[in-house]
Parts: sequence; C-alpha cells; structure tokens
Amino acid sequence: MKEKISRIVENFGNDAARLMDILSEVQSEYGCVSCEAVSAIAENLHISEVDVIQTRSFYHFFTEEQVGKYAVYLNNSVVSCMNGMSDVADEFQKQLGVKFGQKTADGLVSLHYTACIGMSDQEPAAIINDVVFTSLTRNKVAKLVADMRAGKAVNDMVTEFGDGNNANPIVRSMVKNNIMKTGPVVLDAYEVGLGLSKALGMDSKAVIKEVLDSGLRGRGGAGFPTGMKWEFCSREAGDHYVMCNADEGEPGTFKDRVLLTERASMVFEGMAIGAYAIGAKEGVLYLRREYKYMKALLENVLTEMRSENLLGNNILGKGFNFDIRVQFGAGAYVCGEESALIESAEGKRGEPRNRPPFPAQKGYKGKPTIVNNVETFCAAARILDRGAAWHKAIGTPESSGTKVLSISGDCNAPGVYELPWGMSISEMLTMVGASDVQAVQVAGPSGICLPPAQFDRKIALEDLPTGGSMIVIGNKRDLLKDVVLNFMEFFADESCGSCVTCRSFNMILKNSIEKVVEGHGITKDIDDMSAWSEILRKTTRCGLGQTSSNPITTTIKNFRPLYDARVKNVEYQSDFDMSKAVVESCAVVGRSAEIHE
Amino acid sequence: MSETVKFTIDGKECIGKKGQYIVDAAAENGVYIPVLCHMKDVIPAGSCRVCTVKANGRNMAACTSPVEEGMSIENNTAELLDIRKAIVEMLFVEGNHFCPACEKSGNCDLQALGYKYQMMVPRFPYVFERRNIDATTPKIFLERNRCIFCKRCVRMIKDAEGRSIFAFKGRGETLEINIDHKLAANMTDEMAQLAMDICPVGAILRKEVGFNEAIGTRKYDKKVIGSDIENNHQ
Repeated sequence: MKEKISRIVENFGNDAARLMDILSEVQSEYGCVSCEAVSAIAENLHISEVDVIQTRSFYHFFTEEQVGKYAVYLNNSVVSCMNGMSDVADEFQKQLGVKFGQKTADGLVSLHYTACIGMSDQEPAAIINDVVFTSLTRNKVAKLVADMRAGKAVNDMVTEFGDGNNANPIVRSMVKNNIMKTGPVVLDAYEVGLGLSKALGMDSKAVIKEVLDSGLRGRGGAGFPTGMKWEFCSREAGDHYVMCNADEGEPGTFKDRVLLTERASMVFEGMAIGAYAIGAKEGVLYLRREYKYMKALLENVLTEMRSENLLGNNILGKGFNFDIRVQFGAGAYVCGEESALIESAEGKRGEPRNRPPFPAQKGYKGKPTIVNNVETFCAAARILDRGAAWHKAIGTPESSGTKVLSISGDCNAPGVYELPWGMSISEMLTMVGASDVQAVQVAGPSGICLPPAQFDRKIALEDLPTGGSMIVIGNKRDLLKDVVLNFMEFFADESCGSCVTCRSFNMILKNSIEKVVEGHGITKDIDDMSAWSEILRKTTRCGLGQTSSNPITTTIKNFRPLYDARVKNVEYQSDFDMSKAVVESCAVVGRSAEIHE
Repeated sequence: MSETVKFTIDGKECIGKKGQYIVDAAAENGVYIPVLCHMKDVIPAGSCRVCTVKANGRNMAACTSPVEEGMSIENNTAELLDIRKAIVEMLFVEGNHFCPACEKSGNCDLQALGYKYQMMVPRFPYVFERRNIDATTPKIFLERNRCIFCKRCVRMIKDAEGRSIFAFKGRGETLEINIDHKLAANMTDEMAQLAMDICPVGAILRKEVGFNEAIGTRKYDKKVIGSDIENNHQ
C-alpha cells in the first residue's frame, strides 16, 4: 500500500494543495482512506496526519471505514422523500439485510444516505460508485441488488440512457436532461467560439464594460454584478485565476447539471472570456463529486476546444494563453460558498474565509480570483456574441437576461426552464402543471418558503432572488415535518463548524423544530426559535449561517397556524421523553421501549 | 510609518492604525471587546463570534475586520450585549462544562465571560453531546467536553518543522478537535504548557502538573475579564 500511495502522491507533484485529488484516488482504490493510508499520505507530503484527517473527515465521500465494493449513496433530500425515498430505502435494507450506515457482512454493499445529488427532477436517485441511478422503485432496487450480487460492473447495470449527451458513448448515463423550456441566453442554439473571438478582438477593459453594460448578475443566487466582480479583480496586480463554481449543492437545484451536460463548451468559453478580461492564464472548474459521471465528457470537451485553438496557447492566434482543469469536490454543501470552494480546491477543509480580503483580491493560491457560477459564464459567452444591449433588453430593469430554473416537487413537469426574469410564481406554477399547492420553496432551503397569498410575486433579484431551486410543495405534505425538519437536519450536518454559532445554533434549532414536530413543543418554543435564528443570522461569517434558519423563520412568518396547531399553549412542558430515553437500555434487555403515555 | 485612522466606538473617538483589527485597535483605546478565539498577533480565526460588533450598521467580527477611517462602531449596546451573553450561554450548553472540577477554573476565559455577563441559567436546552477525552499522548490531556472550537491550538502549536499538532476533524455536528499522536509524542514541556495556557478553556491540560496555582489566586478570581484593558486607559 505504501508504495502505491507514494505513486499517487507523486502523480500530483507531492503537492499538499492537491490533497483532494490524492484522497479521491486513494478512496477509489481502497474504498476508504484508512489510518494506514493517512500515515502514508502524511509522510509523502511531509505534513502531519491530523492535517490529512482534517480534510478527509470534512467531505462525506471520503471515509475512514472501508465502504462496500458497491457503495450506495441514496439521496434523502426533501424532493427524494416526496417521491418515495422511504420505500426505496426500505427495499434496499430488506434485500440486503443491513440498515443504512451499514455494510453487508461479505463487504459487497454498503448503504449510505447523502444530501441532494442534483437529481430532483428524477428522484428517488442514488449514486453507486459514481454512477447515477434515477427514478428508483422497489422493483428497480431488487434488480440492482441482484446485479450487485452477480458482480456486474456498475456501468453495465445501466440499461436505459437519458437524452442528449447523457446517451453519448463516453457518458452512458440514465440521467435525463428534462429541458422543458429553452430561452434566448443559455439554452438557445449555440456555436462555440463566437463570443470568445469577439472578446479577443476587443480590449480587455472593453470586455468588462460589455459585461457591466449587459446588467449580468451572478446566477448562483447572490446576484452580484458580474462585470463589477471582474473589474475589481482586474485592478489587482500579479497572477490571476478564474474559477467556475459547479458545486451546485442547494437542495432542489440541478440546472448546472444540465448546462454542463449540454453546454460545457459554453461554460469553458465564458471562463476564457473572463480570463481574458482579468488577465488570467489558468482556470479551475470546481465540480461537485456527485457529477463525476460527467468527467469523461467534460475532459473530452476541453480536449476538443484545445484542438480548435479555443483553449491553450495563443488562442485564436491572438497571443492569449489560457487553460482549464477540473477539480472535484467530495461532498460538502458549504463549498458552494466561493471562498470555501477556493479552500477546498487548495486541498483543505471547505471553510469559508474571513473577509476582507475578498477572492477578487486574494483568492486561489492567494492570488486575485474571480469565482462565477456555471450559468453566469454561459451568459457571459452569449453576451459577448450578441452584445450588452441585446441582453439588457431581456428580463426586468434590475434583473437582465434569463434565469435557468430547476423546478421539482409536486408538479406534473419537473425539469429545467429558462425564463426571462420577471415571471410570477403563479404563472410558473401553471407552466409546470402544479395545482393544490401549499407552498413554493424559492431558492432552496436557504431561500424562503412562500405561501399562496404571495404567489403574485416575481422571480427577479429585486423581488424573489434565486439561484434556481424551486420546490413545489403540495397540500398533502406535512410542511414542518417533511420540509422544515429535513432542511434543518441538512444544515446541522453541512455547517463547517468554523463559526461556533453556526455549528451550535443549527443543531439547537434542529432539536427545537424536532421537538415541535414530535408534539412536545410549547408556544414559547416558537418565539425562542425566532429569537435564536436572529442571533445565528447576525453572528456568522458566511451565507450558510446567515440563511440556514430561513426554513424556520420563513415558515413561522408565513405558516404560523401550522406551528400553533402543534404546540401547547402552556408555560412549561417537559421535553423529556421517557420512552426515547430508555430505548438503548430496553434494547439491551429485550423489552419494548413504550413505557406509558 | 503606518497610516492612522480615526473611528468611534459607542461615540468615543478613537485612533488606530490602518489595517489594524477592530478588537486590537479598541484595546489600545481602552475599549474592551470580549474575545475567546482571538489572540493578538496571531492570524485571526473569527470562530467564536463573541466579539461581534456593529460597524457602520453591519454586524461583523471585530477580530477579523480592520478599522476604517470614519467607521462608527457599536460595542456595548443592549442588542450586542445580549448576543454575546447568548453565545456564552450557548457554549455552556453545547459542550459539557463543570467548572468546580476543572483545572482551569479561575483562569478560564469562558467562565470569566459567564460571570461578566452574569449568566445565571442558559436560555438554551442542554445538548449533552458525547465527547471523548484523549489521554494517550505523554504530555497532555485533550478534554473535548470543554473544547469551544476556537482554533488557538490549531493556529499556534506547531512542531519544529511547522507541522500541525492540533487540527479539526469532521464538520457540523461531528466536529471535534484532534491531536496528532506521532507529533504530540515529541512535545516538550514548554510546548505543552503553551498549549494549555493559550486554550481559553480547560480542553488542553498538562499531565502530571495540576493545581499549581491555588483556586482564589487565579487570573479572574479577583478581577473581571477585560478590566485590565478598560482600567489602563481611564
């Protein structure tokens, strides 16, 4: 093992900044990053073992314990649960005789839960050894288990293929694009290189001005003006970097999956344009581990672009050099925060940085860096081709252009929709065939839970900003249990823990909402949750902690009767649950844990 | 020569150096902003958030935000004092702190802030996390029940070649402080003492040396935390 690990480490230049890649290879090779492996990695990189462990333990696709020969990661996000995840999980457990979190005795299969894997339009879905299996049912699970028992290669377990590039021989994935509506900016017909060749014919300052004038704002959700970000960064001295944030981890978002599948060259072209504008030679696409099935496709696109002289040296004969590498994450929502993404790409824990300095001043490798979303780069490529005025004319005055939405949940036509900014929620619901709607979760768990009374509000940065996640929640759902509790469990797990307030308050708030859901809450718990959410919001450094209490605060605000119906209006009620407290000891002596009412 | 900047804290006019962190600039002007993770001249972590102030209307950590010309900083407002007290209370419920039995009692910054803010009963329900103690290294005990994740040891305690002896492990609910067994085996008494001294709580304790200083004679037994900063500039 020692020699093999030495080789792996050497392949990445004995560079601790490539620790993510090293851990990823070791994990694939051995099904874990064991203590022995940690020791060997630390020795080769000449860093301490705890520094290897701190990175390994941050990402949930790296494990200390060996996973099964087939490691099943079933998505337990809200939408997956809505679509029957519990039946699927039950079938896996029944068929294999082990529970989630366990491995079969022969080491063949291990079962794990994972947060949203970007397949909300075709849930329940699971990832088995980097291959995605969608729209799972009990029957499909039985078939998968039989295949695994027969020792089939995971790729051969896929029998039907999705549309577009998903069916490409180098992808062969069953994932479907589900493009329901194309728009003029991103999903319209596209020819690679038009925007880039125009950009290279311009002064770099003029490129930035074009993007500024187009009104393009970050498509990841925050809506920061893209041209301004590029402008700030271009003013800094020294080497510059371009990074593409393809870590879409906000539950309910999957549009970047589709853009990377069908518009990869557009993303890379946008990155090259950004690089030219700020003066960068290197770019990194930070891709979430869940999308590893696209690796060959993306690398193929990069190779093609190099051969067409759209990347590499002396691009289009204009003396501009730029190339891109793909960096994989390993399962951590917070890495979608730009400075956490940079930390991760440098081989560290994905902990957001303190600012100032901003990434535009000190980013990747301490150098000025722009980090933009997949969709933002696509839009930039189109804008350089068609012009700022063309883009500015689409959408609303404050939100120019289009937004690619990922719509899922209780509707007839989940999928990807590219719409001009400004559509109302009720128009959107009609479009996707949703009736009997209790709420729409706008912008994912970190966004807001919108009640029907506000469905006339508009999807736009000035009213309802969104990175693209739209989850339709029907009246049949138990909003607090099925949605709010699930979201809070998600945040409690995904907080990096670097701010103690984020680590602890998410945990405390999760316990509080659980108490209410279980029927032990009192009216004061509702007021407490509001007050504590406020403290959390005010005392954390990054967007995660500033928004993670939104599932609670926006439902208290918009769906208060649901809370009132669940809590007792008394001064005090013990939240001690006798039955729950003695579960362990009852299990030991083989007695039922149901004591009394 | 460094450029000076003028700013105010709760209306008091102050002078600091450009680029200086608010918390340090405040201290030089006799204004105490509580800290648990910050140490002067060490790269700030911004992790405990107890130094949260409102600067030009925005909440920010005073240990990671530099002072700016004309900045208007709120420090001892009712809102901020309540937030700080809440954070201290939160730290008492999320870990397992039993002051009377702790070697650091009287030298503990968390305990001292508990007194300063007159914490009686935490407003939050106890979490009762199960945390393990690591007593396997020769010089120190790692008492995780008391760890408040300030990263002082992570940032400051390195071996001769600059390698980390302490680091975080896990994230979110499973986060814990971890110690490198191989490197800790070579820790000197001086390093162990430094690690214990910089720990704001009783999470890092030296072995074989206990209660050297009698209870009642310790740092915070007679003086309120922060009073040295406030009294220096009366």
